[in-house]
Amino acid sequence: MLKDVIGKRSETIKNTIERGAVKKFAEAIGDISSIYYDEEAGKNSRFKRNIAPPTFPVTFEFGAVADLTLPSKGLIHGEQSFHYKRPLFVGEDVYCFTEVKDYYEKTGSFGNMGFLVLTRHGLDRNDELIFTEERVIIINEEVRKGMLV
Amino acid sequence: MSTITALQVGESLTDVQLNPVSRLDLIKYAGASGDFNPIHTIDEEATNAGLPGIIAHGMWTMGNLAKLFTPYVEEGFIKDYSIRFRGMVFLDDVITLKATLAERNENELTFNVVALNQHEKEVVKGHIVFQEE
Repeated sequence: MLKDVIGKRSETIKNTIERGAVKKFAEAIGDISSIYYDEEAGKNSRFKRNIAPPTFPVTFEFGAVADLTLPSKGLIHGEQSFHYKRPLFVGEDVYCFTEVKDYYEKTGSFGNMGFLVLTRHGLDRNDELIFTEERVIIINEEVRKGMLV
Repeated sequence: MSTITALQVGESLTDVQLNPVSRLDLIKYAGASGDFNPIHTIDEEATNAGLPGIIAHGMWTMGNLAKLFTPYVEEGFIKDYSIRFRGMVFLDDVITLKATLAERNENELTFNVVALNQHEKEVVKGHIVFQEE
């Protein structure tokens, strides 16, 4: 049961924020600002370096939670949030992991739906938190039947 | 350019209207984000999943919406960004991005943010807290 994975967390994965990856990501969302990729513009900014867009953590690896295997199809991304202490810097290493915050079910007009709440964390090399991320994934009944052996 | 810190409650940042969503937009986002779920790029996969056609990644729309704040990076940063995905974005949809200042609390500016499609339907809705520095 998905309830059994509540509270479990993944291993920690080191992600390095690469300038080229940030530039490609900024281009893909049409957020083409020199603050993301131009070294001079970064140096002249109040951050003294380039930063990454706030949704850039979607590119990170957060590790896998043991016993949590989600199907690749049929999931709905219901909600998403980011909370930042400061922006992400180009060139820095971010240490990321996922934990299962909650799982609950509700019955509505689409039948019995499962709601999986995953919280992800990104720390700097001194173990200081840079950001947390939370996503709510909606799993419909049909998909859930296939998951639960 | 006007500053974000001078904004009054009830006032909005300049709306941004995106070009009609193209397949290439979604292919580029798939590559840049690493989200290769085929319902975003391959017609048959979308149809097999019961969708009328391929749909944009929700995170593509969320990523686009944040760019309203990028011109103000010298004044602060996005501290909180929370979104509820409310509707699907299809090919050729024309999305408009909006942010209105809802509340000012010392150095925190809370904005209501929304992405609307060409039928004025909300596809993404939420809040951004911009921390003045």
